[in-house]
Amino acid sequence: MHGRLKVKTSEEQAEAKRLEREQKLKLYQSATQTVFQKRQAGELDESVLELTSQILGANPDFATLWNCRREVIQRLEAQKSPEELAVLVKAELGFLESCLRVNPKSYGTWHHRCWLLGRLPEPNWARELELCARFLEVDERNFHCWDYRRFVAAQAAVPPAEELAFTDSLITRNFSNYSSWHYRSCLLPQLHPQPDFGPHGRLPEDVLLKELELVQNAFFTDPNDQSAWFYHRWLLGRADPQDALHCLHVSRDEACLTVSFSRPLLVGSRTETLLLIVDESLLAVEWRTPDGRNRPSHVWICDLPSTSLNDQQPQHTFRVIWTTGDTQKECVLLKGHQEGWCRDSATDEQLFRCELSVEKSTVLQSELESCKELQELEPENKWCLLTVILLMRALDPLLYEKEMLQYFQTLKAVDPMRAAYLDDLRSKFLVENSVLKMEYAEVRVLQLAHKDLTVLCHLEQLLLVTHLDLSNNRLRALPPALAALRCLEVLQVNDNAIESLDGVTNLPRLQELLLCNNRLQQPGALQPLASCPKLVLLNLQGNPLCQIVGTSEHLAELLPSVSSILT
Amino acid sequence: MADNLPSEFDVIVIGTGLPESIIAAACSRSGQRVLHVDSRSYYGGNWASFSFSGLLSWLREYQENRDIVNENPAWEEQILENEEAIALGRNDKTIQHVEVFCYASQDLHDGVEEAGALQKNHASVTSANSTEAGDSACLPTEDESLSTMSCEMPTGQTPSSDPEHALEVNDVDTTGEKENHCDDKTCVASTSEEETNENVPTVEDIAEQPKQNRITYSQIIKEGRRFNIDLVSKVLYSRGLLIDLLIKSNVSRYAEFKNITRILAFREGRVEQVPCSRADVFNSKQLSMVEKRMLMKFLTFCMEYEEHLDEYKDYEKITFSEYLKTQKLTPNLQYFVLHSIAMTSETASSTIDGLKATKNFLHCLGRYGNTPFLFPLYGQGELPQCFCRMCAVFGGIYCLRHSVQCLVVDKESGRCKAIIDQFGQRIMSKHFLVEDSYFSENTCSHVQYRQISRAVLITDRSVLQTDSDQQISILTVPAEESGTSAVRVIELCSSTMTCMKGTYLVHLTCTSSKSAREDLEPVVQKLFTPYTELEIENEEVEKPRLLWALYFNMRDSSDVSRSSYNDLPSNVYVCSGPDCGLGNDNAVKQAETLFQQICPNEEFCPPPPNPEDIILDGDSLQPGASDSSAVLEANSETPKETASLGNPEEPSE
Repeated sequence: MHGRLKVKTSEEQAEAKRLEREQKLKLYQSATQTVFQKRQAGELDESVLELTSQILGANPDFATLWNCRREVIQRLEAQKSPEELAVLVKAELGFLESCLRVNPKSYGTWHHRCWLLGRLPEPNWARELELCARFLEVDERNFHCWDYRRFVAAQAAVPPAEELAFTDSLITRNFSNYSSWHYRSCLLPQLHPQPDFGPHGRLPEDVLLKELELVQNAFFTDPNDQSAWFYHRWLLGRADPQDALHCLHVSRDEACLTVSFSRPLLVGSRTETLLLIVDESLLAVEWRTPDGRNRPSHVWICDLPSTSLNDQQPQHTFRVIWTTGDTQKECVLLKGHQEGWCRDSATDEQLFRCELSVEKSTVLQSELESCKELQELEPENKWCLLTVILLMRALDPLLYEKEMLQYFQTLKAVDPMRAAYLDDLRSKFLVENSVLKMEYAEVRVLQLAHKDLTVLCHLEQLLLVTHLDLSNNRLRALPPALAALRCLEVLQVNDNAIESLDGVTNLPRLQELLLCNNRLQQPGALQPLASCPKLVLLNLQGNPLCQIVGTSEHLAELLPSVSSILT
Repeated sequence: MADNLPSEFDVIVIGTGLPESIIAAACSRSGQRVLHVDSRSYYGGNWASFSFSGLLSWLREYQENRDIVNENPAWEEQILENEEAIALGRNDKTIQHVEVFCYASQDLHDGVEEAGALQKNHASVTSANSTEAGDSACLPTEDESLSTMSCEMPTGQTPSSDPEHALEVNDVDTTGEKENHCDDKTCVASTSEEETNENVPTVEDIAEQPKQNRITYSQIIKEGRRFNIDLVSKVLYSRGLLIDLLIKSNVSRYAEFKNITRILAFREGRVEQVPCSRADVFNSKQLSMVEKRMLMKFLTFCMEYEEHLDEYKDYEKITFSEYLKTQKLTPNLQYFVLHSIAMTSETASSTIDGLKATKNFLHCLGRYGNTPFLFPLYGQGELPQCFCRMCAVFGGIYCLRHSVQCLVVDKESGRCKAIIDQFGQRIMSKHFLVEDSYFSENTCSHVQYRQISRAVLITDRSVLQTDSDQQISILTVPAEESGTSAVRVIELCSSTMTCMKGTYLVHLTCTSSKSAREDLEPVVQKLFTPYTELEIENEEVEKPRLLWALYFNMRDSSDVSRSSYNDLPSNVYVCSGPDCGLGNDNAVKQAETLFQQICPNEEFCPPPPNPEDIILDGDSLQPGASDSSAVLEANSETPKETASLGNPEEPSE
């Protein structure tokens, strides 16, 4: 037959392919071996460049070989004339580009390019930007390239406005682009610096509204795309608050002073980061955490000498200075009083609104409305539900409490995979609300019973609480942070699922502990209670350990000072 | 020279339209000896694309054709006693009601000289063009590709067949004819006006002046080579059968494509962009947030509507447009979905059809860009040629300007056994594929044809201007009265290589109810302003100006069943001309079906073999030999393994 092609059979093809592969493998291995030998022998010359480019050209992810190349280039830099070096660099840049075409997501290749550009006396940044644009044209979500672009833009001092326009164009093409949204969050504060809020502060309202509209377009178009929701969260979020001293408490009985901070901090025992001034004179004290472990903690304690607490003077003034945070607090212990304190009110400081917050609540209000609108269209969208909850928290946590709980229920139903996370989040919000309510009522009694709590948060806020009721929740443990409750006298934890009592330790004033109907298995679990000197009443009824023969004896031995143990 | 043609083939294909070309390629690919002939001087039949001058000569041919009553029964002597002949038609009757209007200014006196000047310039223009063609290997210089493709083409059978020369002659002739034409059509009064206007840039000329006011007719003539005007206006669905075939068979390497950049709608007298992709919806300024959600929600549902039977089964009995009203869609969203995405009408389709069409549209979205369609650079006429090229690569023989006088049927077996060509040569074959338009009236006397109404416009501006002037748009204009059909408008910019810079080529297509002009002129008037009127009405500036227009009707033979042709032997297969549809699925389906009849059990256009696996003549020892030589080569290079390692890396995984 004329013109008909003769073609190898599949066996022939397979055989040819096999031989070819074998051949390639042989070459690859021997080249690798040669490079390593030369490197070991210190023969870092151009032949190493040549050999490594053979291998890297096929497999750019061979990081060790990029290191070899760096060593060679560093050595050649010392030996070559500037003209020769220029040629070398040009070849290297071309080679890097060809490797990026093989694998546009090769860590080693991008890193080598960074390194090389950083060494050049006169790098051509315009060409590098163009290279980034080309690679992002192919894959607009290549975060390696975005990283490199940020490096180049910073080096070349590209105006943020231009880079912002670039992110615009890529978001227009495909808004599902974490890198692009993230880059915006870096560029916008640079473009609109707000003197009051530091480098990562808020945006002016007009800019903020424009961004909110943009991102709303994205999540109304595709509410299941996470990238837009994350950017939305950033837009409505606020900068980390500065470290602050929240509360100062002095107790005459226990002869100690307690400090609580806005976040866990480490107070060195020798370094003078936390100074105590009593009656205008500096007092050297030893700081410790309530659990005695001296790890970063919200709460730090020091013992006071009796001279600082004597009842001769009408009052003692205690001033604590946190030097690194440049903040201080003062409290007074009056004659005849057992304790004295000074505290920032959670109600005034919006302590719990750290997730989202904008100065203008109108912005939040309108965001809440659009999210609710979207939620009606997409009742099952978890991102929307979560955002609605966060917005309600930011606007008015107490007003929206009931509605929030309903949203949590829906959210848990549509996103069962994250049920535990949502329970914890819900617990956190409920504790926050209860703390707020307690402070509005100006009492030291905290009611947290029947709230379905799964976790205890914000315990550092409860420094002054004397009565805490946690009954009828789903708690499984009393965490170490509970040790911060220095004033606690009565703790009710009936009807939970408590298995461990690690947190009930060193509570100087605890008298009653009610633990009915929990899951305490062994008398040994009660060991921490031995460190609570004033404990007199302990109710353990309805716990598995009550079934064990000899429990009463065991407990009496373990807790000799507790006069009444009910089992 | 004609004697050079072999006297026997497996398959003879008559007509070089898309289905014929695909079949020819498929047959040749699976080892059949293929002869592919076309009586015309160009590839593609009614699927062809023409330069501007090419189009004018095509028009002229049709006019002449009508008069030719050429009876040359010389072949009858060749028919033996046990044979019968099926005469093929001499004239193509597929094109009717051709009307041409020129609105761009044409100076009568200049025009005459222009033609002469043109002739002189022509050479340089062509050479510029042909270097381009060399680079991209895509320009449809029919004659060039012809000579490279067919080894035994009887070139230059008549002295006048020099294509370049022929074209030029036509240019001159048609310009003359053109003038007459315009005389008929009320252009006369305006021509003198324009003459004066032309040198004085008018105020209402839009800001972008560098192009220097209006495009004149002589400019169009001069730049005629920049045009590639499709007779049939189609696009490729990104996941349509044709794309799949192009990829599978690797024919795609012979063509280049551009994504249609936007889908437009014509609503309440205005042209607007239809948001159809995720990015469009995100970027749209005309939709409210809630509309965005509702549209996306509905479209997402359509993507997998089959899995949600309960959501639409109650609406199966009603039309798609009624169904859309029951969904949470605002009226403009309903309009977009109905006319621009499903591309149907109020009455035409049921809920299921509409959902299916919407799904198909969405399914194609995003494969190559933000719309579901691709357009072949240099025009739709490229596609048949690509398949012809593949056919030729696998040994098919090509003859253009080669007509077939009759099919010879063996009386006893009732099967066709040969053709007799224009030189009286008898060429034997087993299978015969004939495109519908080649049959004589005797054969088609019982066939009922539908008609397609077509208009080709050259305009100076896009129907919807944006930052970029390089937009390729599809616009559907719904039918105004029942009984007529929606008009599909495809607007091509110059970067599609189908028109000169500063102009747009606009194709209008609909199923005919009357003549093309009667069917399409109302839509043309809605969208465009004739160049001449514009001088008077300043406020109409919004609409693009019409420089030139052509209307014609094309016969639609796509739905004709084989049995309606008279007395066809079983081994004569009929290929239809272009259908009215937007995509090319019809042609591919037809080609595949016919191919399966000719070559049962053969794969349809399988991927070509890897060049490395092809065994060249006299190379029977090749596999072993090449392997051992590779080993030798490698061995000899082991000391400096380097050199050979560079090459083999790319096929490694």
